[in-house]
Formats: sequence, C-alpha cells, structure tokens
Amino acid sequence: MASSSSFLAPSSTSILHSKKDVGLSALTSTSSISSQRCQKTGFRRICCSVAAPQQSQRQPSTTGSVKTAMTMTEKILARASEKPYLTPGDNVWVNVDILMTHDVCGPGSIGIFKREFGEDAKVWDREKLVIIPDHYIFTSDERANRNVDILRDFCQEQNIKYFYDIKDLSNFKANPDYKGVCHVALAQEGHCRPGEVLLGTDSHTCTAGAFGQFATGIGNTDAGFVLGTGKLLLKVPPTLRFVMDGEMPSYLLAKDLILQIIGEITMAGATYKAMEFVGTTVESLNMEERMTLCNMVVEAGGKNGVVPADSTTYKYLEDKTSVPYQPVYSDQQARFLSEYRFDVSKLEPLVAKPHSPDNRALARECKDVKIDRVYIGSCTGGKTEDFMAAAKVFLASGKKVKVPTFLVPATQKVWMDLYSIPVPGAGGKTCSQIFEEAGCDTPASPSCGACLGGPKDTYARLNEPQASFHAFVCVSTTNRNFPGRMGHKEGQIYLASPYTAAASALTGYVTDPREFLQ
Amino acid sequence: MAFATTTPQNLTTFTTSSHKPKLPFSPSHSLTFPTHANQTLTSRAISTAISTSTRIHSLFTPRATSSPSSSTTAAETTFHGLCYVVGDNIDTDQIIPAEYLTLVPSKPDEYEKLGTYALIGLPSSYATRFIEPGESKTKYTVVIAGANFGCGSSREHAPVALGASGAAAVVAESYARIFFRNSVATGEVYPLESEGRLCEECRTGDVVTIEMKESKLINHTTGKEYALKSIGDAGPVIEAGGIFAYARKTGMIPSH
Repeated sequence: MASSSSFLAPSSTSILHSKKDVGLSALTSTSSISSQRCQKTGFRRICCSVAAPQQSQRQPSTTGSVKTAMTMTEKILARASEKPYLTPGDNVWVNVDILMTHDVCGPGSIGIFKREFGEDAKVWDREKLVIIPDHYIFTSDERANRNVDILRDFCQEQNIKYFYDIKDLSNFKANPDYKGVCHVALAQEGHCRPGEVLLGTDSHTCTAGAFGQFATGIGNTDAGFVLGTGKLLLKVPPTLRFVMDGEMPSYLLAKDLILQIIGEITMAGATYKAMEFVGTTVESLNMEERMTLCNMVVEAGGKNGVVPADSTTYKYLEDKTSVPYQPVYSDQQARFLSEYRFDVSKLEPLVAKPHSPDNRALARECKDVKIDRVYIGSCTGGKTEDFMAAAKVFLASGKKVKVPTFLVPATQKVWMDLYSIPVPGAGGKTCSQIFEEAGCDTPASPSCGACLGGPKDTYARLNEPQASFHAFVCVSTTNRNFPGRMGHKEGQIYLASPYTAAASALTGYVTDPREFLQ
Repeated sequence: MAFATTTPQNLTTFTTSSHKPKLPFSPSHSLTFPTHANQTLTSRAISTAISTSTRIHSLFTPRATSSPSSSTTAAETTFHGLCYVVGDNIDTDQIIPAEYLTLVPSKPDEYEKLGTYALIGLPSSYATRFIEPGESKTKYTVVIAGANFGCGSSREHAPVALGASGAAAVVAESYARIFFRNSVATGEVYPLESEGRLCEECRTGDVVTIEMKESKLINHTTGKEYALKSIGDAGPVIEAGGIFAYARKTGMIPSH
C-alpha cells in the first residue's frame, strides 16, 4: 500500500496556518511568539503554530512557498537550531530542552561527562535533566543497586531538580519520588511538550513524539556531551508519512497499528527517517495509545516519530506542566519521502512472531501456537490504558487464565490506577479486581521488569530452559522479541496488543481477541 | 551558560551511506565538525580544567594499535586477522545481553568485563563462539555482518563491548543508526560498510585484511577482494578515539 511521492498534501485537518509575518519572528525567538496568542477553546497556554517563514532575501529562482515548506520534524529542529529553514540531510547543532537518563546508561553518561568536562563541572541546566531509575530496580544485584546510588550522588552534587529516587526496594510505595518506567514517567510528569527536543539514553525515547515533539534515543557519549553543553549535533531526517483513517474497530489497539506498519516497511524501513502519524484514526487515539504508536518507531529503525498536537494533547497536559509550549505542524506543501495509507477498518489483530518485530502475522493464523505465559507491561504495553484494555477482555470472558499471566504496571501512578479506576461496564470493579478474578498474578512493582530480561532475579524473567519439545513461549505487550530479549535465548516471544495478550492468556494459545470482543 | 557555535559555512562532513538500493532517497549519517583550529567550541563547562588526556588514551586506544596485526600511518590504517561472520539484524541484545548492562563502560575494570561478553547473546546456532569459553578477548579482528547491524537498543555498551573484546572493525551491509553513531562517538570500532553481502562471501576463520585507504577488504583464504564504502570523515574521529578526543585534537575543545 506504499506509494512513493515527494510532493504530498497532508490529509490532516488539524493544521493551523498563519500566513502573517508572525512566522519568521517566531522561529528566531521564543519570547516574541508569546504575544501572538490565538484563542483555542480556552486553553491558556497555546500559542500560534509556527508557519513557514517568508525569506526576504531569496534569489528569484528559489522563491515560492514550496521551497520553505517543512515537515513537523524539520520545523522542530529548525527552531531548536535557531535556523529559519532546514532540509533533510542538514547537520545542525540543536538546543536540547530535556535530557533523560536512567540507571543503566546514567552512570556511564555521568562518567563521560566528568571525564570530559572535569570532576567539578556542572551540568548545563539543572532543570532540564530528568533522571529516572527504572530498569534494574527490584533486584538484589549489587551493581544494579550501586548504579542507582551513582545517580543519587550525582543528583545531590548537581542539585538536579527532577530525580525520581528509590531507596526502599522492598516496598516501592514507600518511595514518594519514585515513578517507574522513564518514558511513561516523562509523560505523566509533564516533561513532554509539543515543539520541543527531548533526548534520552534509551531507544524508546521516541515515545515522546506522541506529544508532537522531536524525541530520540542517544548513547552515553552523546549524552555526556549534552550534559556539558546542552546541545547536540543532529542530522535532519526525511519524513515518512503514515495516514490512518477510519473508525478504530473495537478489537484493535495502537499496538496493532504499529505492528502493521513495521511489518509493512520492515525493521530497517525507517532507518534515519522520521515517522509522522496522521489521519482521523490517529486523531481519535488518546495520549497513551499515541505513545504506543510512537514507542515502536525505533523497531522500524526510525529516528523519531511524531503525532501532531491537538486538543487531546492539550487536555492531557493541562494539569501536568506550566511550561509554555508552541506546537508545530507540517506545512501544506511539506515534502515527504513516502506516504502510506491505511484503512483501519480492514486491519486485524496482529502478532510479531519470534524473533523479530517485523515478523508480522495475523493473530488468528497463530491459534495453534501453544503458549506458556503472558506478560503485560513495559512502556509499550504497561500503561493504564493497556491494563484497562486487558481487563476488558477478561471481563468479557468471565473465565480464568490458563497460563501464568504477569502484570507489571509501568509506573506508581499506573499501579494506583489499577486499584482505583473503575473499568467501564464492570459494575464498579477496578482492573485489579478483574485481574484477580481472572487468576492473573498480582500486579508487580512498577519498573521495566522483564521486558529486557535484566538481572536473573527479575520478576517474570524468562529463565526456564527449553521445555520438552518446544521452547518457552510468551505472548507479551512489550516491544522487542529478539533472541534472549526477555532472558533465555531459546525463549519464543510473540509481541501483541493487550487485547491479544489477554485473549491468549484465557485460552493458552495465541488468540485473536475477537473470540471475546465483538 | 555561554556555548558559542558559529557553525561555519565550510564544514567538513564525514559521511557514510547506509542505503538499500530500493530507497528513493539515500540518507547518509553525518556528523559535522569544523575543520579550522580557530573554530573553537567554548562553554563555561568545557573550559574548566580537563586533565584527563592520559586516561582517555588508555581507555580509547585507537583501534588500529590494539588489533593483532595492524599499522597506522598518518593517512592509512590496515587491519589484518581473522574474521567472524554473522547474519542480518544482529541486535544489541545479541551483541551484549541486557543482564550485563549493570557494567558501567566508563569504569576501566567494568569496561574490560564488558568486552568478555561481546556477542555472547548469539543463539546456539553459532557453534563457533566469538570469544572462546574461558577467554577474555576475541581472536577475531573483524566482524562481518549482513544488514541492519546493531539494531535495537541505544545502549552504548554494544560498540563498547566489541571494542573492549579486541575487535577492530565491523564490516556490515548496513547499520542501525544509533549503533553507528555510538561507534563513531566512542571510537570503539570502525563501522565500515561493504558493497554487497560479504556475510555470504566469507566464513568465520577466514584471514582478511582491510585497507582503509583503498576502502577494500581482502579475503586471503578465498583469494577474493571486495570494495568497501569509504569511512569518510568518520575515520579521523574514530582514529582519534571518539568525538571528544577528536574535538580536543582539532582544537574544537581546549585541552589542558
């Protein structure tokens, strides 16, 4: 369904266009834009979108709006690099709005920072660094625990404003600052804002693109550089556009959409590119579903993913941040590398079979695959909406699961939601009650958990060796299924949506959720 | 904070193409640095005394001098030794499984330990292991791979583990972007690109020579030669030992 085209009019209806000169000044100074407020259903922090600037000193042969048209990603990087216009391939020094790191890559990044800038160096901005221990937390592994201590020492020394610390490993609730999975915490704590540049020492940093910002993963050395300077040299990626229209069927989730896309373009199909998601279906998704969509951009090799900000975004951010932000939108004449169109009403629940996220298959065609366990968790599939979805399937069935079903809420807030928010149509029951009645494991301490295996004592890690005639099979709402991803090398991981994961838990086989939801 | 970059017009870009023929657009991964010594990056943070040049050298010995047999002159580098062949989509979990990520690469003893686990995540179908059981270094100078090498996580531990294990270069059909970028930034391994699928032409244990200046790989065991894509400006960065070392060497960052 792919069509290659270099001039494509975007189909999104949510593009704000201002052809006034406000555009040019907006790109060069953030303070001037604040005077150009446009009223938008009463949201007080919204500013005008950034329009393509009018270049006054252009050669006659290069005038024309087409030459200055940019995609969302190009615009965000243009503003961050204080340039009026960028094209894919440009290398630019970008001002970083937020740098995130966690317990696995933080110590290494800090080590490089100190080595390169000096033992007594100070970070470029104590309020723009967000340090979130989340990967190897509830473990007796001494080095893992030491790494959290390293983060703490650094945050104390640097007086870092946002450090979501944990000290009491035996009871996560005893740690008021602790959040959990970094990408979900960033969103919940209001650090993701439209138009900004967010970098993180984790490949799934692209999740934040759901907020209409440029977000991508970097290594320790690049992070060390940002710690000292607040800038990074980035190459502007061309954009692939994914237009998804139609009403979302009741049995599909954003996970199915992104698995569809990755299966379509393969694991390297978006290498060095931006992935932009638009269309009526995307507009109908809530923020957590949009996060799931952008989360797996990296599984297609993508540099970043973006969803244009709209009223859903503003509503989510209302009570979370007081930092002013400026959404940007792709120009009408922006050039995209390719455009892919999907009629979602024709899509079906999917899985990614072992051992690659692009090994796409229909869930219903895998119904003979016997499974040994189900894992619901991670930044991809462990958010509140993900658990609500799983609960919906268990509720519809009314039966008990046939295999061990592990639930790992991404953050403290998600954990609390499981125990407090009533599930629609459940007569007041919460997710936790539904899970208990279905025989699932008790929701575990929030962290990345077994998504990436981790230390050997990690909850729900795939440790069992090959069992009798088949390897250990797990249906998981996580993001990767490479050999050894969740622990043992022979483990077979089927990536799936929370609907599909719950349905599979109920039957003991890979199962299309339409068995329970129709 | 005073970080002044003038982003001069005449930047030297080092690029390498990582494109598949079917793409209409061939993106190339570029990191750009000024070529002139007087184009310094200054910042309040950077200008504090840095007296770590000896430590950097010991951690990031340029790859050329740590491989079993190699020579470095001002303009050329050669690597000579055994090659280890892997397939497509070798992801970071196979290069360095997550359970070893508690090791912090900037700590010298943990850096060495990471090296001992390089490619330990490869499935058992790889009967010949990259590092023999009981050994702490690899006997292979070059890893030859298929497409999308290094996909998956952004963990810098991946190129670090390969470099720490003693490997000098990877020759892949194509790379995942974060792995490529991390390889250059750390200077741990040369991420070279082949023209075509060397992973189908070479076998683990073949004796190979890489001539960087001529951008070619010679397989002495089969007697065949293969063209490589030029490493371009990424070469000097890796030779210097990564972006920070390069920036100091070229006067971008003051060294003390």
